[in-house]
Amino acid sequence: MPIEVDGKTFETDEEGYLANLNDWVPGVADVMSKEDDLELTDEHWDIINFLREYYEEYQIAPAVRVLTKAVGKRMGKDKGNSKYLYGLFPYGPGKQACRYAGLPKPTGCV
Amino acid sequence: MSKIKKFMYVNRRAPYGTVYALESLEVVLIGAAFDQDVSLAFIGDGVYQLKSDQDSSDSDQKNFSPIYQALGDYDVSKLYVEKESLEERGLTLEELMPLTYEDEDDDWAEKDSIRVVSRDEMAELMDQQDVLFNF
Repeated sequence: MPIEVDGKTFETDEEGYLANLNDWVPGVADVMSKEDDLELTDEHWDIINFLREYYEEYQIAPAVRVLTKAVGKRMGKDKGNSKYLYGLFPYGPGKQACRYAGLPKPTGCV
Repeated sequence: MSKIKKFMYVNRRAPYGTVYALESLEVVLIGAAFDQDVSLAFIGDGVYQLKSDQDSSDSDQKNFSPIYQALGDYDVSKLYVEKESLEERGLTLEELMPLTYEDEDDDWAEKDSIRVVSRDEMAELMDQQDVLFNF
C-alpha cells in the first residue's frame, strides 16, 4: 500500500517497506510511526539514523542481533541491549526501525 | 541443544554476471542466525569476490562488495581463500579487501578474517565439514 508524505506518494512493498530506498525523507518515518500509534523521540531517531548509516556503509539492513551489538559499540551498553531497543520499537527494532528508515527488511531476520 | 554443525559455503564464481555470489552471501547472513560453525571458501574465479575496489558500473548489478565487511558483525570470521586460485589469476592477498572481525574470546581484538590456504589444506577443510553449499 503506498503511503502519502507531505502530498507525495511513496510506493511500498506488501509488508510496508519502502520500494525505493532513495525516496526516503524523514517524513516517511513520521507517517509510518503515526500509523503504528508511536510517537518518535530523539532516541528513536538515533536508531533510525544509525540504521541509515549502517546501510550506507554495508549495503544491508542488519539483523536485530547485529544491530544490538553495533548500537552497543557506538552508543554504549545501556542502549545496546534488546530491552532498550524493543522498548523503543515494540514490533521489533530490526523490522520496525528498518521500515521507518526506508531500508529493506533486515537480512537474517526470519 | 542440538549439535553445532560445520557449514561451509563454497564460492566458485566471479561476483557479477550471475547472481551466485550475492545469493551465497544472503544465505550466509540468514544462516548466521542459527549459531552454526560457519566458514566460507573462495576458489577458482570465486576469489574475485573479495577483490578490493570493485566497480560494477558496467554491469547491471550493484556493487555489493561492502556486504563482505559486515560478515564480522554476523560472527562469520573464517574466510578461506585458495592460494593457487589467487596465483593463477595473478592476485595477491594485498589486493583483496581487508576483512576483520572482533574476537570475543580475546578482549574484542580486531583480527583478519581472510586466511590463505593451499589447495591441499582446502581439501582437508572441506573434508571436516558436515554440510557444504556450492555457489
